[in-house]
Amino acid sequence: MWNLFIDNWDTFLIGFGNTVLCSVIALIFSLIIGSGFAILETVPSKLWRTVARIYIELFRNIPLLVIAMIFYLVIPQFLFKVNGFTAGTIGLTLYTSAFIAETIRSGIGAVGDGQMEGARSNGITYWQAMRYVILPQAFRIVIPPLGNQFVNLIKNSSVLAFVAGFDLMYQGDVIASSTFQTIPTYIIVGIFYLILTLPLSYYMQSLEQK
Amino acid sequence: MDFVNALSWENVHFLLQGLWVTIYVSLISIALSFIIGLVLGTVRYSKIPYLSAITGFIIDIIRNLPLLLIIFFTYFGLPGLGIRVNSVVASIVALVVFESAMIAEIVRSGINAVPEGQMEGARSNGMNFMQAMFYVIMPQALLKMIPALLSQFVSLVKDTSLATIIILPDLLYHAQIVYSQNTNYMIPMYLIIALMYFIVCFCLSLVASYLQKKFG
Amino acid sequence: MKRLAKILGVAMVLLGSISLAACESYGDAEEAKPNVYQQVKKSRTIIWGVRNDTRLFGLMSIKQNKLVGFDIDLAKAITKQMLGKDGKAVLFQTTSKTKIPVLKNGNVDALMATVTITPEREKQVTFSKPYFNAGQSLLVKSTSKIKSIKDLNKTGITVLAVKGTTAVANIRKFAPKARVLEFDDYGQCFTALKAGQGQAMSTDNGILAGIAAENKGYNVVGGTFTNEPYGIAVDKGQTEFAHAMNRALSELKKNGTYQRLLNKWFAGIPGFDIKEAAR
Repeated sequence: MWNLFIDNWDTFLIGFGNTVLCSVIALIFSLIIGSGFAILETVPSKLWRTVARIYIELFRNIPLLVIAMIFYLVIPQFLFKVNGFTAGTIGLTLYTSAFIAETIRSGIGAVGDGQMEGARSNGITYWQAMRYVILPQAFRIVIPPLGNQFVNLIKNSSVLAFVAGFDLMYQGDVIASSTFQTIPTYIIVGIFYLILTLPLSYYMQSLEQK
Repeated sequence: MDFVNALSWENVHFLLQGLWVTIYVSLISIALSFIIGLVLGTVRYSKIPYLSAITGFIIDIIRNLPLLLIIFFTYFGLPGLGIRVNSVVASIVALVVFESAMIAEIVRSGINAVPEGQMEGARSNGMNFMQAMFYVIMPQALLKMIPALLSQFVSLVKDTSLATIIILPDLLYHAQIVYSQNTNYMIPMYLIIALMYFIVCFCLSLVASYLQKKFG
Repeated sequence: MKRLAKILGVAMVLLGSISLAACESYGDAEEAKPNVYQQVKKSRTIIWGVRNDTRLFGLMSIKQNKLVGFDIDLAKAITKQMLGKDGKAVLFQTTSKTKIPVLKNGNVDALMATVTITPEREKQVTFSKPYFNAGQSLLVKSTSKIKSIKDLNKTGITVLAVKGTTAVANIRKFAPKARVLEFDDYGQCFTALKAGQGQAMSTDNGILAGIAAENKGYNVVGGTFTNEPYGIAVDKGQTEFAHAMNRALSELKKNGTYQRLLNKWFAGIPGFDIKEAAR
């Protein structure tokens, strides 16, 4: 197995780099989009709440693989060309943002209506109350579940393998089918994923216990 | 693109057969992984020397790997141990292994959320550890776990689509067969199965939020 | 933080030992393999790994609700020839990516799945004599300026192929400047071509002819630039089984069954020479 790694280390590392890159990009954008929709779900306007609800339910209830495929194969026929990495990352971002929206919304809910009313009665606007009172508390509550979403995001990035996104799993497939060392290749791929996910989820566990 | 021919009764019927496989593989996996996850989560919580630590370690490894890898390990690895597998069995084994680890984690944090005084109280009333666990802690913990458990089950239904890679004849796979007959059907197929998955998962989500409201 | 580091350290050590152990047990399984030929004679059943996404060779037909194609018919004929009338052929669907692993790990007895005989693969599996001669070719939009493999050897050109096929390595050899994108099945690969993810799709001529026959506006161009003899693959070291395959195959060639199947599937396919295939 060591020889397998030595012979193909560059291929593995390219995949590892792309998985990290995709995860970081998807994390940043899904946090932004997710928070946006979470806030939208708590605004007084019923129309915007419905829009947010539809977005979240849509992306939460369709398999990521199908979403990624649609972005990779359907979008280019009508709109613009995307490569596999971009299409996969967009799919992953939107999919994860729905879960993040749901997580943050429950955080906002946990802070409670009382806080909002209190802040409003002190004369600040809805958005100010959101920005300075509700969200900081909500984020503190949701950090452990958000961390779990991030771990899921890293694992889910393996879907890029289906759209030729040159991630770790794709590179693993390429190595496995050229060396025929299927199980050892996927064990190495697994160790790479664990390097990313294991520290993160232990850190989240220790946060949760505090 | 050819929506009209793509959605002939013949093709839709074929897709529905795939949907049925998705549903029954999901149901079997949900049932098995719930039971196994419950046991593993309890073992991990119980702090039995060595056993809990080892269980915990294995759970952590499995739940931090992509499901796709677990599927490969089962499909390519099990026959190496002398067990011939078909894709349905391999998929169920892989899903159960992965989801039990995810559920064990949910169970552990559910039990952790029950105040420690409850256990002490039950023990001081003369119950042993197992009795206290079964009659006092678990019912409360399960209530707290319901939302997380149900969203995990929805994930499981979606995750079955990954088993297409090892030819599980599920919804996604049947869609692929339809577009191998005529590649013009590919885009309609992806859109229609997105809709089918949505309907199934959304119904499950609705049950989830109903239960959440009722018990939450 | 200290505790975290400790846990991680222990985790990594344990992980390493588990994976080593896993590799070793995998290695052991390779050595003590039973004689597959004796097994199939006893069970009167051969489990064949076949394709399900490849028109003309192995395709799951919805209308007939079964697998159809040249590989499928030939696999059934060989089973009957080898085991007699009561011999049973069980068809196990595989993809390009999974076909060699499921043979190596003993899940199927033999592969009849458009597997090209190559020196690299011969290190892993044992092949019968070739049963079909294909050659790699290109599929492009009929408006495309690409006429042959030479036109692909430019930066900025992307060629689409399927994971685990010989096409991938051949493109890297014949057109090293082109980029290769790999997919899991031929449908995805062709749809990626339609979606403009690449300028050409490359695999064996028989498979491309099957796709072009179904899709107007796409042509197979450039003739064949490699020889791709398809062989029946059995696990490494199952020479007795491979010899039995060869005997059955030459019997089928003698009694005319082979030619009849070839005509059934490939007569009238444009740009396809049956004599070439049977050579």
